[in-house]
Amino acid sequence: MNAVPAVRVTNLYRHYGTRVALAGVNFNVMPGELFAFLGPNGGGKTTLFKILSTLLPASSGEAEVFGHSLVQHPHAVRSHLGVVFQHPSLDLKLTVMENLQHHGHLYGLRGKLLRERAAEVLRRLSLVDRTNDVVETLSGGMQRRVELAKGLLHKPKLLLLDEPSTGLDPGARRDFNHYLVQLRDQEGVTIILTTHIMDEAERCDRVGILHQGQLVALDTPDALKAQVGGDVIAIRAARLPELCDKIAARFDCAPTVVDGALRVERLRGHEFVREVVEAFPGEVQSVTFGRPTLEDVFIHQTGHQFWTDTENEGRAL
Amino acid sequence: MSKFFLPVMTLWQREVVRFLRQRSRVVSALSTPLLFWLLLGSGFRASFRPPGTPEGTGYLEYLYPGIIVLTLLFTAIFSTISIIEDRKAGFLQGVLVAPVSRASIVMGQALGGTTLAVFQGALFLLLAPVAGISLSLQAVPAILAVMVLIAFALTSVGLTMAWRMESIQGFHALMNLILMPIWLLSGAFFPSAGLPSWLAWLMRLNPLTYGMAALRGCFYLGNPASAGPLPALLPSVLVTLLFAGGAFLLATMTALRKTEES
Repeated sequence: MNAVPAVRVTNLYRHYGTRVALAGVNFNVMPGELFAFLGPNGGGKTTLFKILSTLLPASSGEAEVFGHSLVQHPHAVRSHLGVVFQHPSLDLKLTVMENLQHHGHLYGLRGKLLRERAAEVLRRLSLVDRTNDVVETLSGGMQRRVELAKGLLHKPKLLLLDEPSTGLDPGARRDFNHYLVQLRDQEGVTIILTTHIMDEAERCDRVGILHQGQLVALDTPDALKAQVGGDVIAIRAARLPELCDKIAARFDCAPTVVDGALRVERLRGHEFVREVVEAFPGEVQSVTFGRPTLEDVFIHQTGHQFWTDTENEGRAL
Repeated sequence: MSKFFLPVMTLWQREVVRFLRQRSRVVSALSTPLLFWLLLGSGFRASFRPPGTPEGTGYLEYLYPGIIVLTLLFTAIFSTISIIEDRKAGFLQGVLVAPVSRASIVMGQALGGTTLAVFQGALFLLLAPVAGISLSLQAVPAILAVMVLIAFALTSVGLTMAWRMESIQGFHALMNLILMPIWLLSGAFFPSAGLPSWLAWLMRLNPLTYGMAALRGCFYLGNPASAGPLPALLPSVLVTLLFAGGAFLLATMTALRKTEES
């Protein structure tokens, strides 16, 4: 691990007035990694994305991209970056090709080289037959692909994507993810994305979980899930607090109440389910049992459920 | 050099192409000044003769160069207003993370807005016979050149405001509070002759007064007497040049502060 990290972030803080958006974040991303920041809205993902993409200065702390300081050499950093925004940065009134041309010019590409690069990204993202269509006539999934094509035109070493699957149906999301994996494998591009979708984070090499401005966990999806003690059992009952105490006393564990259910992490969960139902007949209304997911990792780390009610619309996978 | 000019050219071109694809913008930027001109010009004709102008100068004629400046103002402002949204959720996001200097971004935007404004102003020139002004052949390039200066200055003022603003609502308030009075007090609407001194002083301090004077002067290149009493042409052009340069500098500094230190 002697290589210069693609991204090195040290003790990064960002305040908005008195509100703290990032409270001392540390991490490295190595070249060629596909890295996800997972967290609920308001967790600090977008702030981190804005800082890394040079749109927002940090309040304190340091951030480097391929060894270039974001503060001292923003120009050098920018030339390595490809950025895909949550809100499209396409000009809807222009054609796909016109959007690519303007983008290329901003990165000093022109003439034959620009035409070749444009043809290449359009081919790669299967957009060739849409080259001369005005962007506003394209579907949402198609626009995302143009957005990605734009981000790749100047062959960035680091691709930053903010909630790339927003507004995509599951099929389009899978396709998009497939492009990212291909990009990492074939070109060695380092990719950092933010997401609130477990599924999407699951497919990345490493995942950082952001909660209230802090990086509460950072590891591979499998290692994160291994942190949760075995299986995850959720129990619903009429008198939850009472049952909670009884279970704690009888099984020597510490159940938590999350989202109206008792939540227990336990090895050999299937046996525990049987024992609980037998021990408290009539009190248990329902039991669900499963292997831990990244959502369980989040609850395990923070003691909070991942979603509040207002965010549930984004949950449908 | 191409590091500066390629982004400038591409952003400039984008503004123009966008504009041409939105026909409604072309019409709306022209229709308001046209309506103003015809209604106010005809309405005041009976009761009002601009003091200091020669016999026979109607208000329709007096207001005509002023309305051209209003057209420049409207077009310049409407082309900059889009920046507010564009910066947060649009094309500009991508421009801001690209390795280009903020000055070249602002320059591209300013030249784009200027081009649109001058294009609209030039369309208005076709109405000179209606105003009763006969344009000489050498007057037209002079008029266009002054229009470019005024439009560049006004676009830069618009850019300074737009880069500073977080919402379009705020922009409208500033427009009514600052830009309209600047236009009203530039000599576009009434000349400074015979005004109370505080008002005459306000007009003297208004940088747009000199752009207005330069434009009016160019309309009457052959016979300056018909233009009425005005600041002299050459100093007016110089002040307008300074206005344009200063406003551009201010816009660039605002963009820098908004993007690198916020």
